[in-house]
Amino acid sequence: MTVTDDRPASVLGTRLLRREDPALLTGEAKYANDLNVPGALHLAVLRSPYAHAKILSVDVSAAAELPGVVAAYSGTDLSGLWASPMPSAWAVTPDMKNPAHYPLASTKACYVGDGVACVLATSETIARDALELIDVQYEPLPAVVDLEDALSDRVVIHDELGTNSSYTWDLKIEGTEGQVAQAFADAAYTVSERFIQQRLIPMAMEPRAIVAVPQPFGGDMTLYSSTQIPHILKVMTALTLGIPEHQMRVVAPSVGGGFGSKLDVYAEELLCVALARKHKVPVRWNEERGENAVATTHGRGQIQYVELAADASGKLTAVRIRIVADMGGYQQLITAGIPILGAFLYAGVYDIPHAYDFSCTGVYTTLTPTDAYRGAGRPEATYAIERAMDVLADTMGIDPMDLRKRNFIAKEQFPYTAFTGLVYDSGDHLKAAELAAEMADYAGIRAKQATQNVPGATKLLGIGQASYFEMCGLAPSRVLASLNYSAGGWEAATVRVLPTNKVQVVTGTAPHGQGHETAWSMIVADRLGISPDDVDVLHSDTAIAPLGLDTYGSRSLPVGGVAIAMACDKVIDKAKKIAAHQLEANEDDLDFAGGSFTVKGSPDRTMPLAAIAFEAFTAHNLPDGLEPNLEAQVTYDPPNFSWPFGTHICTVEIDTETGNVEVLQYVAVDDCGNQVNPLIVEGQVHGGVVQGMAQALYEEAVYDTDGNLKNASLAEYLVPAASDVPSITLGHTITPSPTNPLGVKGIGEAGTIGAAPAVMNAVIDALSGLGVTDMPMPASPHNVWKAIQAAQGASK
Amino acid sequence: MIPAAFEYVRAGSAAEAISLIGQHGDEAKFLAGGHSLLPLMKLRLAAPSVLVDIGRVSDLSYIRDAGDHIAIGALTRHMDVENSAVLKEHAPLLAHAASHVGDPQVRHRGTIGGSIAHADSASDLPATTLALGATYVAQGPNGTREIAATDFYHGFLQSALAADEMLTEIRVPKMQGAGWSFQKFNRRAQDWAIVGVAAWRRNGDSGVALVNMGSTPILATSVASALAGGASVSDAAQLAAAEADPQNDLNASQEYRVHLAKVLVRRALEEASK
Ligand SMILES: Cc1cc2nc3c(=O)[nH]c(=O)nc-3n(C[C@H](O)[C@H](O)[C@H](O)COP(=O)(O)OP(=O)(O)OC[C@H]3O[C@@H](n4cnc5c(N)ncnc54)[C@H](O)[C@@H]3O)c2cc1C
Repeated sequence: MTVTDDRPASVLGTRLLRREDPALLTGEAKYANDLNVPGALHLAVLRSPYAHAKILSVDVSAAAELPGVVAAYSGTDLSGLWASPMPSAWAVTPDMKNPAHYPLASTKACYVGDGVACVLATSETIARDALELIDVQYEPLPAVVDLEDALSDRVVIHDELGTNSSYTWDLKIEGTEGQVAQAFADAAYTVSERFIQQRLIPMAMEPRAIVAVPQPFGGDMTLYSSTQIPHILKVMTALTLGIPEHQMRVVAPSVGGGFGSKLDVYAEELLCVALARKHKVPVRWNEERGENAVATTHGRGQIQYVELAADASGKLTAVRIRIVADMGGYQQLITAGIPILGAFLYAGVYDIPHAYDFSCTGVYTTLTPTDAYRGAGRPEATYAIERAMDVLADTMGIDPMDLRKRNFIAKEQFPYTAFTGLVYDSGDHLKAAELAAEMADYAGIRAKQATQNVPGATKLLGIGQASYFEMCGLAPSRVLASLNYSAGGWEAATVRVLPTNKVQVVTGTAPHGQGHETAWSMIVADRLGISPDDVDVLHSDTAIAPLGLDTYGSRSLPVGGVAIAMACDKVIDKAKKIAAHQLEANEDDLDFAGGSFTVKGSPDRTMPLAAIAFEAFTAHNLPDGLEPNLEAQVTYDPPNFSWPFGTHICTVEIDTETGNVEVLQYVAVDDCGNQVNPLIVEGQVHGGVVQGMAQALYEEAVYDTDGNLKNASLAEYLVPAASDVPSITLGHTITPSPTNPLGVKGIGEAGTIGAAPAVMNAVIDALSGLGVTDMPMPASPHNVWKAIQAAQGASK
Repeated sequence: MIPAAFEYVRAGSAAEAISLIGQHGDEAKFLAGGHSLLPLMKLRLAAPSVLVDIGRVSDLSYIRDAGDHIAIGALTRHMDVENSAVLKEHAPLLAHAASHVGDPQVRHRGTIGGSIAHADSASDLPATTLALGATYVAQGPNGTREIAATDFYHGFLQSALAADEMLTEIRVPKMQGAGWSFQKFNRRAQDWAIVGVAAWRRNGDSGVALVNMGSTPILATSVASALAGGASVSDAAQLAAAEADPQNDLNASQEYRVHLAKVLVRRALEEASK
């Protein structure tokens, strides 16, 4: 007898098209600004044109008189509305200096874009016109734009702090004092570099939009916002405004991208809610693009001093890092913690002894506050170590790929307890690097380079690599506690089988482009043996999904997705009790497969989940003591981060006459463990790589010495479009995570983490024959040309 | 991103447009494709009180063989210039340059007349028509006049057009057999040129004009005379910026622009000489 397995193959791991896309592509999806709320007043915010200025007086009377204006307020007028300053949830050190920051400034403006007054009017146009009638008298003060200038305290921005330095956070490994200095003293080779992480503007396609709707009776308030964090926003809004938390509801409708910039609690959210309460009418606000460029948080903004020590074979013996991180004018929600998220990764994917010394100083400037931006701390770390590895290889005169191979943590060493005490769950760096090298024809390109990059050549070939380890899936709550973060890192899920065997999943994740509805339905379909079409995913509304910690830090699948799988298992456990009862069998004798319970050895004694769901609903014949209905809730706190990794290889050709960098080929080999949906994985890597490439080649927030942003529009802030980037060749290795039942790791940030160093290493590699050893990002044609000129000038 | 309030009127013909502009005086502006004017209005850098929409003046959308030249109606969209068989035969440089304007959305809305009337030195078609020795036709309350491209550009966004005059036609001499090249150097495909070069060569003659190398499109006459005097392409290219007066901006310093102009003029002439 042959046994054929006619169970449907699992949907898990298939390239199921995203169910979110039809609505997004046809314009059906509703964003916050699409919500039609009758009677809403429009908020407009007057922003400081000075980076640093005392506010001497604010006269809103002329604005208040404009027909259609309902009210106009200065910061002082509204000071009674705030129960506490705007939240900063990450005091990285106990003595961190953090100035009180309110939704409108009343005594001093600390960046161009800082809100100083606002208007409520019957239309957006009237509200914005009225801003021009507000008379603010300023006393301009010197701007602080440069990080080292800020550190010098030449100009102290927040008088009450007495210094611009907010904190210094050190990572010292206990019991290893002196080892770093010793390693540097004994080193055969050392590297000492200074890298700049330029400021970046996240530029989500949808700027922020907010509607605050008070209920007519009882004081309940609904806040619709283009946010990544409805749950955190709910708690923080309640606390900051003194609203009982159960009266606050936050809804994130379709959200058009965030990249960390919507992981925040913003002045305009608090203003809309506070003014909606005060005026007892809905209040809405819609951000303009130019406003988004100054009033929504920026990313990166660091000076990195990187030192490596190595023995004669190139084996790393110590890493010493000093960071100066730009906070901007104030701390936003987790500003201070962003560089700290990278603190553990400056040794990259390499096996180093316990000789590691990291220190980061956060400093205020008179610029837009910084905060999370795709990768948050980890792209910065990876850039520093991967660029420094190329410098070390160059110093030693060996191929950078070789140097990396001498230092990779070996596959056999996993799970690997790093010098920090963190345990890297699984990995195979050599395999990923070798696959990437093969796909990129590394050896072939090196050979071609030898013939192409001859003296006098005007088209120079370069190849660069970055191997990365990402610490993602934020996060084990206890680890967050040790970092002084004010929240946990768990995620909640409810799986509810309805009487007709349709399934509702309630998740605490808050997708804003990632495709959670599709991916979560696949996890449930696989677990329960049903079709993903029968799974509805509910999210991003705190009235429907009251528990959750939202979406950032590549956490949603390894934490939220795992919670869903675990809730499914709990549902199956309960269903099994009902099946055993009905089939008059012992629970241990039941198999669950393809959506049915079957008594082992008696294929005809079977009961499908659909029948059990209906039994659970009617509750006519349940085992004694079993509650009706089929529903389970899980809150999952991961025991560890998840550690995706990979190797990216970029090939460029540089036109030395114009400085133009053309990316000829980009190979990304990423390992995110098991893949729920490879199509979504590829999309995340594509987007991430382009964003990292954009840092390397295109983007930078440019300020003049007075602290004015010079490129606040999409014509000047160069976000690359599809026509500007090469097609990206993807490869994968699959090393399941041993710490969660799905074996998954995050993939949202990986592309961004690998791309900037891979591209810059390729650029420097191409130009190395001309004597160029480093250049600031972005490697724009002008910067490349200047670097060539400088190197040639130096060699003359 | 909300323009100041304005009135809107639509013209059905060139004559009606001119009379409407006349009625509303200085504060009125023509609206063609809107792809230069509307962004300025949204940023409130322009605030006309009346817009006279000429976007549907269809009798000014044409490309015709007019004997010794090609006549192009001012309301012809960049996309039609790009795809015109007549232009591809007689003035391929212009058709090709039009294909480098912005992105497909911009090219479907923007008009050649709007681009020239706007007189932005960073735009591609003013310099290209200048290199080609074009003549522009303007119609006003007192009739029609012809303006040589060389006399048209007066300064940053300033042209020889009077406020009540409408650009109606662009005349480009036929150039069969000429070698040509259009070099546009930019960072993203959709962007304006950091520096651009439009060039052609035929027998001893040549025309070279520069995009974004001063407050107006620049005719590089020194390059053309050097070539006429027998200079090599690379020697002539060294004179690329002789007439230019480039700006510093976020993408390029003056010095880098001058350098780019020399490189791109050399490449353009090399290509046009093939
Ligand atoms: C994103 C973007 C990218 C772009 N990239 C490029 C580029 O790479 N290269 C490039 O060359 N251009 C570029 N442009 C500009 C585009 O080509 C414009 O369409 C063109 O410059 C103006 O044409 P228009 O028909 O849109 O004119 P409008 O915007 O309608 O008018 C421009 C000005 O000319 C006046 N005007 C219009 N028509 C007439 C007429 N017939 N007579 C008298 N006055 C008139 C108007 O009153 C106004 O002052 C870009 C535009 C955008 C929005």
